[in-house]
Amino acid sequence: MNIVIVGLSHKTAPVEIREKVAFSPAEIEHPLKQLLALPSVSEAVIVSTCNRVELYGISRQPDVAIMEMKQFLAQSHGLESDVLAPHLYDFSGAEAIVHVLRVASSLDSMMIGEPQILGQIKTAYGYACEYKTVGLILNRFLRKAFSVAKRVRSETAIASNAVSVSFAAVELARKIFDSLENKTVMLIGAGEMCELAAKHFINNGVSNVLVTNRTFSRAERLAEEFNGTAVSFENFREQLHRVDIVLSSTGAPDYVLGAKKLKAVCKERRYKPMFLIDIAVPRDIDPAANKLDSIYLYDVDDLQGVVQANLKERQKEAAKAELIINEEVGQFQRWLATLEVKPTIVALRQKMEQVRQGEVEKTFSNLNGLNAKERKAIESMSSAIINKILHHPTHVLKQTSTEDDSSLYLDAVRTLFDLPDVDRQK
Amino acid sequence: MGTMNLLFGATTLIYLLASICYLVAMLGKRSQVGRAGRWMLLAGVILHAACFGVRHSTAGGTPVTSLHESLAFFAWCLVLLFLLLDLRFHLSVMGAFAAPLAFLLMIASALSPNVVVQLNPVLKSWLFPVHIVFAFLGNAAFALSFGAGVMYLIQNRMLKSKRFTGLYQLLPSLDILDRVNYTCLSVGFPLMTLGIISGAFWANTAWGTYWSWDPKETWALITWFLYAALLHGRLTVGWRGRKAAIFSIIAFIFLLFTFLGVNLLLGGYHTFEAFAIL
Repeated sequence: MNIVIVGLSHKTAPVEIREKVAFSPAEIEHPLKQLLALPSVSEAVIVSTCNRVELYGISRQPDVAIMEMKQFLAQSHGLESDVLAPHLYDFSGAEAIVHVLRVASSLDSMMIGEPQILGQIKTAYGYACEYKTVGLILNRFLRKAFSVAKRVRSETAIASNAVSVSFAAVELARKIFDSLENKTVMLIGAGEMCELAAKHFINNGVSNVLVTNRTFSRAERLAEEFNGTAVSFENFREQLHRVDIVLSSTGAPDYVLGAKKLKAVCKERRYKPMFLIDIAVPRDIDPAANKLDSIYLYDVDDLQGVVQANLKERQKEAAKAELIINEEVGQFQRWLATLEVKPTIVALRQKMEQVRQGEVEKTFSNLNGLNAKERKAIESMSSAIINKILHHPTHVLKQTSTEDDSSLYLDAVRTLFDLPDVDRQK
Repeated sequence: MGTMNLLFGATTLIYLLASICYLVAMLGKRSQVGRAGRWMLLAGVILHAACFGVRHSTAGGTPVTSLHESLAFFAWCLVLLFLLLDLRFHLSVMGAFAAPLAFLLMIASALSPNVVVQLNPVLKSWLFPVHIVFAFLGNAAFALSFGAGVMYLIQNRMLKSKRFTGLYQLLPSLDILDRVNYTCLSVGFPLMTLGIISGAFWANTAWGTYWSWDPKETWALITWFLYAALLHGRLTVGWRGRKAAIFSIIAFIFLLFTFLGVNLLLGGYHTFEAFAIL
């Protein structure tokens, strides 16, 4: 039994291709059942996100299954196989296990450590359960993938640092103010990044928003959107003492806020800390203000620097995550392998038991006048012989199940003991 | 004596284990280990209290008459206040400062001669334990405000220079550190004040004078003025953050000198020898 994967992702296919092969969740039932209906595939899951489309299957003939699944992916979207072929990747066996664990742990994501992918795979698994296209192996495997992803998340710091400028700003604010509840944010000017950052601040507890703009109507419109107050551009400096966080992005060629003014504001605020984020280029706030004790001034480059450092940190953590995954792959493979030998071991035991029972019956009918105790002794002796004989072969079968030539032993056992061929169709 | 040594040793060991937990938690970024450290400190503080109990029942009197005993008592106050602060502010990082300090105090205590000094009958008064307990709890609170001050300066430096090390994630926010600093100050200052006042009354019953400009008294007064100035600055002028952190660090250096330096260098009747029957 092999786990087989065919798919494409942001690493192998541009968005023009990805959008063509995406499956919509509303209509996932049909493709799932079609995938399951492929002659070489048992069990099926389809993961479809904006960054990747992947088909998971279980098969005894991975090479055939990969071919069929590739064809299926192209056909179900009315594409020629050749168009898709250069963008597709495929994995089977251990590689497939590693791949899914990496994807679920967000190591294969565009932004390493992003949390959405795990949820997306869970959703895909949910559909497969609903339409009953998963069986023993994928069930166990995907649950394993979820637990590995959780382990990676809790044992490494892969997702702990902000990797976007606006999130980085929120994180910095948290390290200054602790809680953002009851803090006041002021937007000076209205850049897109500024608005995005403001939204993040509001989502994280900031309750008061002041907006100022050279064009007052624009300030009003934005203030309405954020449920805040518009302040005229001429007077915004008078409001600064109320403000804890400033987000500035005007198009002004000179400084809008000088260090001297800010010094006076600090005093007025009784030196409560103030976090100023200057996203404008050229800058809006005199960099000298950062020298003031209670002022923390960050410009675009500073924030980018934080993001870069965080990304580097995530990459370091990703290396730790790979180690965890390697550990878990081995474990799952061993389980999968024992699955392979189980039917043979069961058949072997059944065969022996049949032989034993037949011979015991014969013995009983030849020897008349055996009492219950003697019968029992013969029964248990014959059972013990079977157990002793089978002990070592069973052990060897289990041991070799993880090796490449395991089928050699299985075939030998089947031939030597004349066992029926157990389900080998898929 | 045997039970007490055993308890003392066990307490020291637990403080050491807690220190290791907190340091591992800090350097290895494993917060679970830090929680283990907290439970250990809690066990340590209880065991340590039992140690004082045994000392009290075997030798009688207040168990803080020799350097050995007062260092250990200081450690106990420190751990106790730290646990209370941790309860309020979740400051397990500060454990990496408090626990090793408590451990070192225990070691210093173990190294100084362990003698139970029989108190001069002149000095026996209920004011003695009151004076000692207030003074030491106050010192411990100031030690923690010193720790918070150092942590504040480190975190502040990273936020200002925009160069972040591994400590950045670990250290609490500036706001929390400043509040811890203030809490310690507002707890420590009344304790210290009560310690000085109760000491003055005790001096009056023992020597017939409230204040005699003994070096320890002088330095304690200087330290008291420093902390008073800091508290005043915080409440009226709005000193906070970096300035308050630096101030509390400087004041603590004066406090350390008052606590140890005066005894070792300047003498006077606060020396431990002076407690003994002459």
